[in-house]
Amino acid sequence: MIKDYMAIINLDENESDIRSLTANRPIASIPVGSRYRVIDFMLSNIVNCGITNVGIFTKSNSRSLIDHIGTGKPWDLNRKIDGLFMFNHALSEFVNTDSKLLKNNMEYMFRSKSQNVILTSSYMVCNMDLRAVVKAHEASGCDMTVVYTKCKDASENFINCYTLDVDEKTSRVKAVGKNIGYEDEANICMEVFLMKKEKLVNFMYKSANRTTGGSFYSMIFDEIENMTMNAYEFKGYVSCINTVSSYYKTNKEMLDLEVSNELFRSDRPVFTKIKDEPPTLYVEGCHVSNSLIADGCKIMGTVKDSLLGRYVDVEEGAVVEDCIILQNIRIHKGAKLSHVIIDKNVDIEQNTELKGNSVFPLVIEKRNMFK
Amino acid sequence: MARKNMVAMILAGGQGSRLGLMTKKMAKPAVSFGGKYRIIDFALSNCSNSGIDTVGILTQYRPQELNSHIGIGTPWDLDRVHGGVALLPPYMSEAGGDWYKGTANAVYQNLNFLDHYNPSYVLMLSGDHIYKMDYRKMLEAHIKAQADATIAVIDVPLNEASRFGIMNTDETGRIVEFEEKPKQPKSTLASMGIYIFTYDKLRDYLIRDAEDPNSSYDFGKNIIPTMLNHNEKLIAYRFEGYWKDVGTVQSFWEANMDLLHPDNEVNLFQSNWKMYTQTASRPSQYIGKNAVIKDSMISEGCVVLGEVNHSIIFPGVTISENARVVDSIVFPNCVIRENVIVNKSILLDNVRVEPNNVIGNGEDVVVIEDHKVLESSGLTE
Repeated sequence: MIKDYMAIINLDENESDIRSLTANRPIASIPVGSRYRVIDFMLSNIVNCGITNVGIFTKSNSRSLIDHIGTGKPWDLNRKIDGLFMFNHALSEFVNTDSKLLKNNMEYMFRSKSQNVILTSSYMVCNMDLRAVVKAHEASGCDMTVVYTKCKDASENFINCYTLDVDEKTSRVKAVGKNIGYEDEANICMEVFLMKKEKLVNFMYKSANRTTGGSFYSMIFDEIENMTMNAYEFKGYVSCINTVSSYYKTNKEMLDLEVSNELFRSDRPVFTKIKDEPPTLYVEGCHVSNSLIADGCKIMGTVKDSLLGRYVDVEEGAVVEDCIILQNIRIHKGAKLSHVIIDKNVDIEQNTELKGNSVFPLVIEKRNMFK
Repeated sequence: MARKNMVAMILAGGQGSRLGLMTKKMAKPAVSFGGKYRIIDFALSNCSNSGIDTVGILTQYRPQELNSHIGIGTPWDLDRVHGGVALLPPYMSEAGGDWYKGTANAVYQNLNFLDHYNPSYVLMLSGDHIYKMDYRKMLEAHIKAQADATIAVIDVPLNEASRFGIMNTDETGRIVEFEEKPKQPKSTLASMGIYIFTYDKLRDYLIRDAEDPNSSYDFGKNIIPTMLNHNEKLIAYRFEGYWKDVGTVQSFWEANMDLLHPDNEVNLFQSNWKMYTQTASRPSQYIGKNAVIKDSMISEGCVVLGEVNHSIIFPGVTISENARVVDSIVFPNCVIRENVIVNKSILLDNVRVEPNNVIGNGEDVVVIEDHKVLESSGLTE
């Protein structure tokens, strides 16, 4: 059944509220959960349901993403038959008006043997059983299925995401809106769509012909009158990484064993690039509590309620509390950090004190390795 | 195809019976080590870091774990178009088949593999030592001395010298005599079981050795002494640094514990000489609110809620509240439940220790067999 599906990850994602982390990269390759990148979750969902043909439509600024994905080996997508396809342009209407690019994308669509497509974004962090979604989609007999989550804190999270007006009895989508943070309860669209390949191809042509602005998804929703759209409720944990505060919150939530047991299940593991780091060394005199720590760290100081990426050194007397520390960072003696997000390759000098708060965490931007 | 400059052959067929339960189901090179590695990763990573792209691995005793660990050699960047890693078990031929009768015989039976690459030099390694070494430097010394064979040696304390194969050299470093485990050692230069041979010479001596029915077909016992008797030029290459043969449970435990010194000589954190291994996808380790960790190494996928002191914890291990793990090595996927004390023990893969158990007394190292379930003792209930 699932053999007849391919997947497309569309990275035309709104980055305007998370700029400090996307200066050098798309949202998809922001490090998250101490050792992953945002895209790892959706990409793993896709391969864990047995799909072996995945196209990633990226926007510009994709060096970091391409470096991360490589040939797709960690996701078992370095295949002779099917596998991973990277396109340097997202399905935004702006680039699709370029007829050459459109032709390239179309060739990929036509060459794939799969008759159905799962179209997704990357920034909805969740562990989803896509087999169940496929099953529900096929049982529904609808032209399209869209996945949503019932959320109770929409005034703070999922800002700017689409909201769905769902008919409770028939599970049909009646209307579509946007979450402007006005109400707490909303059906948030998770930007996972299932449809026939020819339907998607049709949308792609339409999008190219269109002169008005808007995302690819909004164009799909514009067609709601002309098709049957089934809504599938995802009941598990999901968080959307589209603002700095939602990024901070998502990371911190992974410290909850209930959340992390749901995200990191052994039957549907989350795959990521391998870095060959040694196990983490905890030196006499360190204090570590309630933290997620990647391999390759050396900890001599205090780490509390924080996430540490790979290759982080916390020297004696340094205190790290409520922080998200990404990869390859040295926190020197006596430094005190609280509610800080530190992007890659940063050295925090001796006795530095940095402080943010849980609503406005302080972001220290990525430093380049070269001068 | 281009001729290879140097091909490595790793001897990985031995059982290592002194490791007891650890090698009951796998060859010694496949035994876990250092928090996420297997013993053979050290030799393989050294090859990769030394720019060697063709490696034959001679297997014989229980190769299944080793085979699945090595695979096509991807973690060591040894999945190559011309060369790469080859697993070489004993095989049948038109004249019948034989087990490998000794280290030299194992290589002799695979001369076809070596001939295929026709290397100028052959590097002989043992798959069960813990060390880091740049074999390129050793090859330079070999070429510079125009030697027929070069043997890596390490200075050992005089009182331990009688446990090793000892090289007696002249002032130029040329080996004049080789003594296997001498009662009265004349030097303290012990062979590390690492040899570089000029391939043409090695080939001749292997064929000659194979024809000798009285030989024990062993590099140390036969090939090296015969080459010396024939006045071939054998030189000693002095190695300085950490090197350990983890032959016994005690030395295995010690070598692991050595890694816990922040400035230990193995230095797994050395970024220009990484140790590579096969890695499963697991989340980062979670350290709980009341966890206490001292002087330990912990790997991905672990959940630590209790206390870990001076121990090495492999991937995917759970240590529950109020459990205490001291001076121990815990292999992948073990579960240690509440109120358990693990003291100076080695828990092999997938051991499950139910609540209120005490393992080990802090004296001799205790080894618990893989997949064992230790039921609740009920002592404190």
